[in-house]
Amino acid sequence: MELFLHQVLAGLATGGIYACMALAVVMIYQAIDSLNFAQGEMAMFSTFIAWQLLQWGLPYWAAFFLTIGISFVAGVVIERVVFKPVQNESVLSHVVIFIALFAIINSAAGFIWDFTIKSFPSPFGTRELFGQRLISAHDAGMIGITILMLVLLYLFFRYTRVGLAMRAAAANPESARLAGIRVGWMVALGWGMAAAVGAIAGMLIAPVVFLEPNMMLSILLYGFAGAVVGGLTSPLGAVIGGFSMGVIENLAGTFIPYVGRELKLTIALTLIVAVLTVKPSGLFGRTVETRV
Amino acid sequence: MSAPLLDASNLDAFYGPTQVLYGVDLEVVAGGITTLLGANGAGKTTTLRSLTGMLDTKGEVRFDGRSIAGRATEDIVRLGIAHVPQGRGTFVRETVEENLQIGAMSRRDRAAISADVERVYGYFPRLKERHRQQAGTLSGGEQQMLAVGRALMLRPKLMLLDEPSFGLAPLLVQELFEILRALNRDEGVSMLIVEQNAALALDLADHAYLLETGRLVMSGPAGEIRNNETIRRSYLGY
Ligand SMILES: Nc1ncnc2c1ncn2[C@@H]1O[C@H](COP(=O)(O)OP(=O)(O)O)[C@@H](O)[C@H]1O
Ligand SMILES: [Mg+2]
Repeated sequence: MELFLHQVLAGLATGGIYACMALAVVMIYQAIDSLNFAQGEMAMFSTFIAWQLLQWGLPYWAAFFLTIGISFVAGVVIERVVFKPVQNESVLSHVVIFIALFAIINSAAGFIWDFTIKSFPSPFGTRELFGQRLISAHDAGMIGITILMLVLLYLFFRYTRVGLAMRAAAANPESARLAGIRVGWMVALGWGMAAAVGAIAGMLIAPVVFLEPNMMLSILLYGFAGAVVGGLTSPLGAVIGGFSMGVIENLAGTFIPYVGRELKLTIALTLIVAVLTVKPSGLFGRTVETRV
Repeated sequence: MSAPLLDASNLDAFYGPTQVLYGVDLEVVAGGITTLLGANGAGKTTTLRSLTGMLDTKGEVRFDGRSIAGRATEDIVRLGIAHVPQGRGTFVRETVEENLQIGAMSRRDRAAISADVERVYGYFPRLKERHRQQAGTLSGGEQQMLAVGRALMLRPKLMLLDEPSFGLAPLLVQELFEILRALNRDEGVSMLIVEQNAALALDLADHAYLLETGRLVMSGPAGEIRNNETIRRSYLGY
């Protein structure tokens, strides 16, 4: 029982990271109807920036928040410079752009910081919490920060004017323009926020997986899995999907014989296919009835 | 005679390579109600969309003394032109009240915005009853009222209305047109109304244009067109 609980909690901790990536993917998907394959690389690059700031002697939390700010601005700039010019092109050209972005960011990080594995500090330490073996302090901190961030995002989108404008721009761009909303800037803002969320995910998971240019590959895959399973049209679904991925991954790796570390990803991918077969819009994907 | 509030001249419009408007000249006087009539497919919706920069056009459009041709839709709207589109443009997942708030997104005066929400509820009590409901669950008529209400939240000088009577029960149409008349009379909102229901529109408007396959074929005071049997028979079908 204790092992089970331990695995569930550890799963929730990594699941929170998957949830962040899933949410970042969904935020951009809702605005432009394309999956940003470079989301993980953007998060990885952000984490390298944080590492560099720490190397230069900044205190942890100063580096943490500065990185979030830099990532936000970078997200906005990437949208304006790279994506805005091709926004009306076909989905296929979006895919090409994202793959190019992926490759460029990945090799840029390797070029600047090289491909050797670096350790990244945890602000919470790695000791066990309250002397219990149930959950480590870093895992507990990860869960705490991701939940805090998700609540703040929820409040932002639910209760602020800018949040409402962003929802309107994503749901019905043409009608939003007729209300005077600057849709292009709302999309850019969405990119900025997605980049900031990804940066938080990267900095929190880096102490666990270590820092290197390919650190986000499998994490983004789990994030995609969470987003698709939860439903690409539902931020809440994506978050729940992300957390579930973490828990399922851990439990399967521990309790199903022969799964182990190697097959965990297979389980995630199988789950995507299974859910999509039964419910193509994802578990929480919304189809609102419209009366005419 | 004062200068017109809206003045479009020699307007051509295109969907990709296909031209659908040919040299349309059109005016709306300040404080007036103008109607644009024509059969299905004549180009009425296209004309309104051209005026708010929603597609490729050639020609000159002036509003309130400024040239607005070629400007972005959101910038044109912010000058005080509210466009109630064909199909209503409802934000279906947002609540009724959020839909109204979205309409005021270009304004900063929070207190006045809240007052305007109440003003819209005054015109459309049904919207107040349903203000927390997802707008996608409203009936077609209620969504049309919501679209007009959302447009009012902009505090427009000019409203462009694309077939506001479409899909509404006759009683509701009467109610809606009374409200439009009151808005024009009491608040001085100028209007350009596209309608298939010509009798209804000619009754409300003071000036009318008739569009046929992308070209204006007639214009004049609404009363004259209403009383000219030949025009009614051959173009308006009633
Ligand atoms: N998105 C579009 N792409 C291509 N042609 C269109 C499009 N929308 C309308 N048209 C064409 O333009 C013409 C005018 O359409 P429209 O302005 O919608 O007419 P109305 O509003 O008077 O019924 C029609 O021939 C229609 O087929
Ligand atoms: Mg039409």
